[in-house]
Amino acid sequence: MKFLRDLLDKQKPLFEKGGKLESLYYAFEAGETFMFSPKHTTGIKGAQVKDAIDLKRMMITVVIAMIPCLLFGMYNTGHQHLLATGGTAGLWENFGEKLGIGAMLVLPLVLVAYTAGGIVEAVFAIVRKHPINEGFLVTGMLIPLVVPATTPLWQVALATVFAVVIAKEVFGGTGMNVLNVAMTARAFLYFAYPAQISGDQVWTYLGDKMPVDGFSGATALSVVYNAGVEGTQSAVEALAAHNTVLGSGLYEFANLFMGWIPGSIGETSTLMALIGAAILIATGVASWKIIFSGFAGAYIMGFVMNLFAVNEYMALPPQYHWVMGGLAFGIVFMATDPVSAAQTETGKWIYGLLIGFLTVIIRVTNPAYPEGIMLAVLFMNVFAPLIDYYVVKANKTRRLQRATV
Amino acid sequence: MGRFSKAHSSKTDMSKIVKLKKGFDINLVGKAKQELADFAPAQTFAIKPTDFIGLQRPKVLVNEGDTVKAGTPVLIDKALDQVIYAAPVSGKIVEIKRGDRRKLLEISILADATIVHEQLGAVNIASLDRDALAAKLAASGVWPNIIQRPYGIVANPADTPKSIFISAFDTHPLAPDYAFALQGQEKYLQAGIEALAKLTSGKVHLNVDGSKATPSVFAELKGAQVNKFSGPHPAGNVGVQIHHLDPINKGEIAWTITPYGVAQIGKLILEGVYDASKVIAVTGSELTKAAYVKTYMGASVSTFVKGNLNSGHVRVISGNVLTGEKISLEGFLGFYHNQITVIPEGDYYEFMGWAKPTTRLSYHRALGLLSFLTPNKEFVMDSNGRGEERAFVQTGVFESVTPMDILPVYLLKAIMAEDFDEIEELGIYEIVEEDLALCEFVDVSKHPVQELVRKGIELIQYS
Repeated sequence: MKFLRDLLDKQKPLFEKGGKLESLYYAFEAGETFMFSPKHTTGIKGAQVKDAIDLKRMMITVVIAMIPCLLFGMYNTGHQHLLATGGTAGLWENFGEKLGIGAMLVLPLVLVAYTAGGIVEAVFAIVRKHPINEGFLVTGMLIPLVVPATTPLWQVALATVFAVVIAKEVFGGTGMNVLNVAMTARAFLYFAYPAQISGDQVWTYLGDKMPVDGFSGATALSVVYNAGVEGTQSAVEALAAHNTVLGSGLYEFANLFMGWIPGSIGETSTLMALIGAAILIATGVASWKIIFSGFAGAYIMGFVMNLFAVNEYMALPPQYHWVMGGLAFGIVFMATDPVSAAQTETGKWIYGLLIGFLTVIIRVTNPAYPEGIMLAVLFMNVFAPLIDYYVVKANKTRRLQRATV
Repeated sequence: MGRFSKAHSSKTDMSKIVKLKKGFDINLVGKAKQELADFAPAQTFAIKPTDFIGLQRPKVLVNEGDTVKAGTPVLIDKALDQVIYAAPVSGKIVEIKRGDRRKLLEISILADATIVHEQLGAVNIASLDRDALAAKLAASGVWPNIIQRPYGIVANPADTPKSIFISAFDTHPLAPDYAFALQGQEKYLQAGIEALAKLTSGKVHLNVDGSKATPSVFAELKGAQVNKFSGPHPAGNVGVQIHHLDPINKGEIAWTITPYGVAQIGKLILEGVYDASKVIAVTGSELTKAAYVKTYMGASVSTFVKGNLNSGHVRVISGNVLTGEKISLEGFLGFYHNQITVIPEGDYYEFMGWAKPTTRLSYHRALGLLSFLTPNKEFVMDSNGRGEERAFVQTGVFESVTPMDILPVYLLKAIMAEDFDEIEELGIYEIVEEDLALCEFVDVSKHPVQELVRKGIELIQYS
């Protein structure tokens, strides 16, 4: 690696103050610190030694935690395709073909998101003269995982650029953003190009093949919603009866939990999201309080709905909310974004709980948006500073009361 | 008791037992063996005005070439001129070193072979009133040991603090064991506590390590409320202890002092001399021999370090690795420091350093950080900065190493924004740099936390 180091050392003066390419310093810095952790030492006063962690390591931990979702999502994309077009029956049949189809669809999305976002990051870093932040490693992976595999690449690129600029850079860059960047990208797609990210037709990649007779592309959420509207059978029955042409029990609890269902690439499998959660919690990178209270909130609200059930959706057993749609993925990877989440420890409980509540309320009572987690996270992102405000105020008040006692 | 401090305390005979859970112990290689090493004695000693935070207008009272005794005033702060800063040893003033814009840096003294003390006269505490006692201490050289909270500055003898706090143990990395360093000083400690008791309208608190039996040097002391603190670092920080005993509110003043300072005061009381001798710990992974040594305040560290190194490229620190100050091989021990630490200098690049699995010490458990698997291991840590400064991203970590009902991230952000009201309301009066030093250590975003704390204090102090 000596030659690499020598190469960098040779180029470095060009980018430093007074050098020809001074304006590109932060682009150089990003590349340099990616390859070599810097040699600068601690200051004269203050902590003389530093913890071995840095932001790159922390962020890459989140990316690693998403890899089970990514791999599963790729395979499942291929699986759903063959299932819908009658090309396969068993879960593990045509393994290579499924993975190949999935990779062919998913990897370009990942690449596009990283490239588009990376360019915006770099431009802003250079113009605004701040370091390129490693947070984008996470955002660039999250965005492709929350869209259907059928999303046009240009839409992903556009959404990524929009989200990075509008949700992050206009607020002053990483650490200052109010909204979760990846969720903003998804919301952008949802409202700008609803045809490609909602309805029954987008969740399964069909390609140029015809689906088998009787195929329905509806997601579990819309099946349950329709059951609620029609009221002819219970939501669980409706789920069980759905798409039997593809094999029985597609939307049974166990299968929903495993994630062998159509949906956005990374979010179908609750199991994979939980594996991610386990990694994030074990490494201490994400707040277990937010994850736990998020799931708890959804369950509690689902249970409350049961108590006052006036239709079949409200009567849905609360645990189904955990496994349908993107709730698990959203809570584990989006709600826990430390910048846009509540930042006080008490606040995290409230924030997570309310995300769970809101998700279920939006799902059950709102006819326009079958999935609630996206809006719930964005909504609570906006409210997180308010929650924190009151937690911080309580801290100040305790201090003040102590003085007057 | 703060809701978030996870501390439990109970009252028994007035004294408090506080068990702290938050914090982090940094175990390093190079702990001082409990023996006095026969290092060659230090030749030169220095008073560094920069050690005294809040010393505003230093005035040197001596000239190069003057001879002084131990206890001769060499420096005053024109803003607080009743407090003198005394020569730690007798000898000749060899250099008065100034830096940029004639900022006074060091007054160094070449020591006599035998130290001669100014005879200041023993003190009968009972016969003096409070102000006379304070004046006596202020004029004798021992006073700068007394630190005022808030702000962490040298106390003003004209103030009457609501309490005085002594932490009888140090939980910093490789810190000296007071039981060893202060053995035999019982009667001086006792006299010191009696003097301090007269200076406050409240109590003198002696806070001992609750995780083990109180060492004999502190066990028999009278006149102070003995409190027991246990838990990981910073349980030994006096600021943390104050927070749990009698927190400082706006407008209140408390004083703190280390047992070293108490013993110095006691010696003045009983024997009438300013005795700046102290047993310090010479520590760190890069030393062949890590042990205690008896010397004087402000000692040149070179005789303890040179010839005692097992590697070439080192950083010498006056104090500990969390709150200390980098000095040169010929540098001087800081006034408030009771140890020196020698660690490897960390000015190297590391290929893909952020991604490689590492056994280096970390409070975190993110990908590839393996040190949590070996909690009892002693680590060698160098001075590498471990990454670049970034925006605040991770949350909750600062709180988990701060056993106080304080929100460090909010406080630090308020300081960055220079929001005076917020800084005050979020608890700046309760902390000094060392209380948030662990935050600086664990910070993913590598902020200069301690520097920020001082900035915040100064914003409030001088506003």
